[in-house]
Amino acid sequence: MASTSSDYNYGVVRLFTIATVLWGVVGFLVGVVIALQLAFPVLNLDLSYTSFGRLRPLHTSAVIFAFGGNALFATSYFIVQRTCRARLWGGPLPMFTFIGYQIFIVAAAVSYVTGVTQSKEYAEPEWFVDAWLTIVWVAYLLVFLGTLWRRKEPHIYVANWFFLAFIVTVAILHILNNLAWPVSFLGAKSYVMFSGVQDAMLQWWYGHNAVGFFLTAGFLGIMYYFVPKRAGRPVYSYRLSIVHFWSLIFLYIWAGPHHLHYTALPDWAQTLGMTFSIMLWMPSWGGMINGLMTLRGSWDKLRTDPVLRMLVVSVGFYGMSTFEGPVMAIKAVNALSHYTDWTIGHVHSGALGWVAFVSFGAMYHLVPVLWQRERLYSLRLVSLHFWIATVGIVLYITAMWVSGIMQGLMWRAYDELGFLQYSFVESVEAMHPYYIIRALGGILFLLGALIMVYNLWRTMRGDIRAGEPVVASDPTTEVTPATAAAPN
Amino acid sequence: MSFHKKLERNSLLMLVCIILVVAIGGIVEIVPLFTIESTIKQVKGVRPYSPLELAGRNIYIREGCYVCHSQMIRAFRDEVERYGPYSLAAESMYDHPFQWGSKRTGPDLARVGGKYSNEWHVEHFLDPRELVPESVMPPYSFMADADLDYEDMAAHLKTNRHVGVPYTDEMVAYAVADVEAQVDPDGDIEGLMARYPKAVVANFDGDSSRITEMDALIAYLQMLGTLVDFTGTSAAQPDGED
Repeated sequence: MASTSSDYNYGVVRLFTIATVLWGVVGFLVGVVIALQLAFPVLNLDLSYTSFGRLRPLHTSAVIFAFGGNALFATSYFIVQRTCRARLWGGPLPMFTFIGYQIFIVAAAVSYVTGVTQSKEYAEPEWFVDAWLTIVWVAYLLVFLGTLWRRKEPHIYVANWFFLAFIVTVAILHILNNLAWPVSFLGAKSYVMFSGVQDAMLQWWYGHNAVGFFLTAGFLGIMYYFVPKRAGRPVYSYRLSIVHFWSLIFLYIWAGPHHLHYTALPDWAQTLGMTFSIMLWMPSWGGMINGLMTLRGSWDKLRTDPVLRMLVVSVGFYGMSTFEGPVMAIKAVNALSHYTDWTIGHVHSGALGWVAFVSFGAMYHLVPVLWQRERLYSLRLVSLHFWIATVGIVLYITAMWVSGIMQGLMWRAYDELGFLQYSFVESVEAMHPYYIIRALGGILFLLGALIMVYNLWRTMRGDIRAGEPVVASDPTTEVTPATAAAPN
Repeated sequence: MSFHKKLERNSLLMLVCIILVVAIGGIVEIVPLFTIESTIKQVKGVRPYSPLELAGRNIYIREGCYVCHSQMIRAFRDEVERYGPYSLAAESMYDHPFQWGSKRTGPDLARVGGKYSNEWHVEHFLDPRELVPESVMPPYSFMADADLDYEDMAAHLKTNRHVGVPYTDEMVAYAVADVEAQVDPDGDIEGLMARYPKAVVANFDGDSSRITEMDALIAYLQMLGTLVDFTGTSAAQPDGED
């Protein structure tokens, strides 16, 4: 422990942490709004700015890139400094990535509601916003690599492998998928380089690996640091980490075509996508096992530490959605599930259960460290957040399972005379109760996040809620004997 | 494992290995789509969008219609019966970007062209629940009041040409005139029809005093899926495909 925390650049990590929490609330709120719009279409207000088609990309980008992206910046900048025992490289560059990334988020958000979009899913920003993000992202890569270069540890810790793969692969995906020709240099509109079937393949090569590298590899980096840290145990298996890492990044890239089953994409590409998607189950569960088994010998902490509980349940959701994913990638299953709410439910079991929960756990751990507080304001409020959000997720994904499978079955149902049994709009009508349940789940999830905001805000102020039991194993404080076996 | 020890101590070596490992899948799946000729089987009838249709498509893109509507009919009996012959790769070969979509909160639109009248579309955009009480689609009445911005359509056609759409010099030269011709059923449409066969010419929004975004969007919807002639072919074997 040669370095002390004063040698680290915690300032920029604090900013990213605040941004994570605030953008998270914005993203969840917009999600609730559009969920209600689907249940009660009058909420579209007959205004261009507030119609579902413009707000839905706002929701997805806010939660993936604003909430998730800031969480990745915050945690990767924290972890790379701690595990390298080196200050962030690049002088003002880390601060540039913070300001630059927030500019990207605001520019993307404003352009969506004003109708400036490429309408490529999860890659909606137009060319000038894409170009700006590329600059910020290259700066991010440089800061990360520069910090690795000045490390005082001989080995690069496993979390950093995942962050490095996430940063560089997202750069490649982003640049190739967004190649476009602007109509004029001063105008917003552009036409993407590729068309039809090639554009579709490129888009889902990008889109599925936005899941694979942005929402999985990056967040596995979070898991590989915070789970051992919080549990006070080393990672279960070093060898499994290596196998997990290389097989995951190799296999993920192939999975994109499962978004295009039975379309005009050539069959050979669909078959490759399905095959690799199924194989992907193995490294995914290898990673889950590595995360969960890290708790061996300290499972009792789940009783007393709700932050660890959040982290562990996130790994459980990761396992669940990475099993569901390969199942849905099987062509026979996909024939039913594609185009339905089942996909939406699947995405949210990953996004809410895995990505958001692991981020919440990381934030609860980080804030007392970054603000040098003795401990969190209230662990009971963490527990409350955990339960409210968990109930919300369960409502959300079960509602979407039922509505998705029902949709798929109604679309293909025939009556006894051999005619299609339902008109399309009958399937829309049948969704109504499930859309209300889904919105309710979203409201609970948002409520939980607001409890977190309050808890973290009081923690930053240095308050400690009176009358709460102190958890002896709470390893929030900088260095305790219990964490000696865990990474720095 | 000893090789991995080297990787763990050398961030640049690790970076290079990561790039190599993630490159493989993308190269194998993407590059052949540009080199194998049978990826897009040529069919008769597919042509670039008329300027008005292209402007309408840009509104479709602007409003994010793809988040609820697909344009890709899969080769299943129920989909073919509900929406029409399954979609061919060639039918979206001039789509920059593709709009196949991933979710059907509303029905597929790949072959919506000609299924409903222009008046139906106008009413439906003004208030979807007036015509379909169970619908959850947002109203788009603001498009009836928005003048279409089409002065720079020539630049749009040229940009499309840069990315591979075969617009001719003549098409570019007549870009603005063709927008105006397509909303005027009483005018001279000979040139327009020669350049863009099967283009639907109509006063789409019923207001002949001006050209609105509603005109353009409905012109786009009314041509969707109509270019390839599927008559006399079974759904499984459309014209021109072997």
